[in-house]
Amino acid sequence: MTSDSPTFADSGPGTASPRAAGGIGSWFSRANVGLLREVALLPVLILLIVVGAVESPAFLTVSNFAGIGQQSAALGVVVVGESLILMIGGMDLSLEGTYGLAPMVAAWLIVPVSAYGDGTDWSPYLGIVVLIAVGAAIGLLNGVLIVKGRLNGFIVTLGMTIVLAGLQNGIVKAQTLFNLPPVFGYLGAASIGQVPVSLIVAVVIFVLVGLFLRYQRTGRAIYAVGGNPAAARAAGIKIDRVKIGVYVAGSVLAAIGGLMEAGRVSAVTGQQGYGEGIIFNVFAAAVIGGVSLKGGRGNMIGAASGVILLGIVQNILDLTNVSNYWIEAIDGAVILFALFLARIVGGESE
Amino acid sequence: MTSSGQALVEVTGIEKRFGTTRALHDVSLSINAGRCLGLVGRNGAGKSTLVSILSGLAEPDAGTVAFGGEPAPRVGDTARWHEWIATVFQHSMIVPDLSVAENVFLGATPRLVSWRAMRSRTSAIMREWGFDIAAGTLCRDLSVEQLQIVEIARALARGAKCVLLDEPTAALERDAGRRLFDRVRQLTAGGVAVLYISHHLEEVFEICQDVAVLRDGELVLAAPTAELSRDDLVLAMVGQNHQAPSPERSAAPAAGPASPLPGTDVVLSVENLTADSPRGRLSGVSLRVRAGEIVGVTGLLSAGVATIGRVIGGAEDRTGGTVAVRGRRVPSGQRDVAQRAGVGYIPEDRHREGFVPHLGVAENVTMTITRRLADRFGLLSPARRVAAAEPLTRRLSLVSSGPGQPVGELSGGNQQKVTVARTLAHEPALIVAITPTRGVDVASKELLLGALVSAARENQAGVLLCSDELSDLDICDRVLVLVRGEVFTEFTEPPFDRDALIVATEGIAQEAAE
Repeated sequence: MTSDSPTFADSGPGTASPRAAGGIGSWFSRANVGLLREVALLPVLILLIVVGAVESPAFLTVSNFAGIGQQSAALGVVVVGESLILMIGGMDLSLEGTYGLAPMVAAWLIVPVSAYGDGTDWSPYLGIVVLIAVGAAIGLLNGVLIVKGRLNGFIVTLGMTIVLAGLQNGIVKAQTLFNLPPVFGYLGAASIGQVPVSLIVAVVIFVLVGLFLRYQRTGRAIYAVGGNPAAARAAGIKIDRVKIGVYVAGSVLAAIGGLMEAGRVSAVTGQQGYGEGIIFNVFAAAVIGGVSLKGGRGNMIGAASGVILLGIVQNILDLTNVSNYWIEAIDGAVILFALFLARIVGGESE
Repeated sequence: MTSSGQALVEVTGIEKRFGTTRALHDVSLSINAGRCLGLVGRNGAGKSTLVSILSGLAEPDAGTVAFGGEPAPRVGDTARWHEWIATVFQHSMIVPDLSVAENVFLGATPRLVSWRAMRSRTSAIMREWGFDIAAGTLCRDLSVEQLQIVEIARALARGAKCVLLDEPTAALERDAGRRLFDRVRQLTAGGVAVLYISHHLEEVFEICQDVAVLRDGELVLAAPTAELSRDDLVLAMVGQNHQAPSPERSAAPAAGPASPLPGTDVVLSVENLTADSPRGRLSGVSLRVRAGEIVGVTGLLSAGVATIGRVIGGAEDRTGGTVAVRGRRVPSGQRDVAQRAGVGYIPEDRHREGFVPHLGVAENVTMTITRRLADRFGLLSPARRVAAAEPLTRRLSLVSSGPGQPVGELSGGNQQKVTVARTLAHEPALIVAITPTRGVDVASKELLLGALVSAARENQAGVLLCSDELSDLDICDRVLVLVRGEVFTEFTEPPFDRDALIVATEGIAQEAAE
């Protein structure tokens, strides 16, 4: 985790110049800040693991960690999408709507009428294609409205969230779809040995997106567009295309996250996404992980640590039998504390 | 300096470090009532640091600041600080949606606001100093010059005995600049001390009684202006290395007309260009630039000088006319398409459009050529970017701690070098440069202009230099003067007569001028 300090993941060529006198000093100081930022979450994670181990004998077990992985995978994939959108200086509240609606539409088209399906009985493979297409279409609509229509991203995606949640309940008249075919549920439910498939896929997504952001032209353009859109445009970067593309990618990732969640619970409920209010956790994980709400800064190592941190907190609260009436208040308070902590050690100014 | 009685502001032995870099070392100087002290120095000489210390925004590591013989209030006690010094910063500190009166009393309003008292006090100050701005006007409706007056009025309203002007003419038209000088004289005549920071030595000679020169964080010269020549000042600013940039400067303009004449192929052909821009409209401009030719466009700020550059660069829409590069039409307002057609673009405002502050030097410099540097999967190796950036940064003598240093940490002149390097990197057939030397020091200026000259002479690029800075125009083969969005006249024979140029920008016909 610490092998790759985020300052350099952010700032491209991290090689200190051998010719620059005095360069070593500032190289170190900057590397240290980067290192600090990564290590910052590490003591917190270790502390949480110690707390978990003390509080519950069930905590330090392979099956528990597999469970945390499986529970966090879906959230993690959505966090990747939101992080990309934040990095271009945008925001998307409707990812939680997409997270619920995309699997709902897909499941509705594939499950039989007896399980409240539409009766079209499409193949589950086709369902997954539909799921991706629904995600892409929502992202495209958001992107076009915000980028080409010059509308405010906050209000567009807030409105979109409500529309999507309404559709999600409307098309199935607030029923829960169950009897999902194994193919459709595979991503969220299956395991290879003890390791959940969703965790493997989430890790692969984190790694690929991380490499993309660091080494790919478009990935680097995301930092440029988020860091200073006018300068990126003056340098010949097609900023509208990059932004819309990122909104589409973010929504597709949210749809995939939704598929994982549907598979995990073997059903699609009207509550999935908006009803559960996952978007706060999505933003919290990204920000705890050092993704800037102002755009231009952040990386996948940070985002992943944010997700892991939230996953462990949730798990400990579940294991320690905190009263259900209080669990949300404690969860929220822990997240606020983590944000505060990340702000202190991360040192993001303003 | 000339110690006529008690100094109003006195700093002694100021030290300031930022990490490993020493910003100020043992700086002592005094500012006296009723006098204007010019503070000059190259970019990175420590002017900004001294300004923030004098403005009460930063604390020196060692040394003292004294007001009227008393130690200065502690840093952060802005209210008491402003009773002595108030600063008019380069970047406007005006809230556009508030009225003039509210801006004058910004941060100094009593708990219970009396609108009437605030307005009448603002009007009184405006009257006393002969400024002509109504207290109730919304600041967003004011010109840059008027906003500056509001800031000066703000300083006077707090009773500041010393006004610090940080490059006040940078954003002003020539006429407005002249009026500012009158205001400065008025202030000093009224017993106010003025600290005047500028890159323009002529201005210093014109309005400052004393001058102080900073170089590499040290005060190298402090003397009455009358005892100095322009060369003395330049030598003090540049130091021993003065020899290096100097020949380049004299070589550049000389090489211009003497070198083989520009080719005959037309790189840029503009017909009947019209545009409606807040920066100044264009009403039917036609011009051509040949390969290897440097064409200057000058005029007042509102005459459309920046607009023509932005429109040709693809940064702004046009409303009519055609732009063709190497015979191919370029669509309106699409910067990426214009760049692929071969148009390089050096924007007028580097902070807004010139670079991405937290990304590194090499990444910024190669931002225009990622397509060329990437492999077939679109992957970019950081090492390749560094290698591609290195020759350009070396040629422009860009100073940084390494190719990974965020550009936001560099000094203004080096940031501008990044912007210019980014443009040269994609080897454009046409370079559009808008006020490329604004706010950079003398030595960087020579390097930047030299880079444009060699792009034209060695790489046969056409250069369109849009600038109201007359000294930039020395490198041009010919100069077009815009007046109210139209080509008023053209100067075809370098060297250009400064006075004739100035007269032409005002729209006065040449016959009358000569």
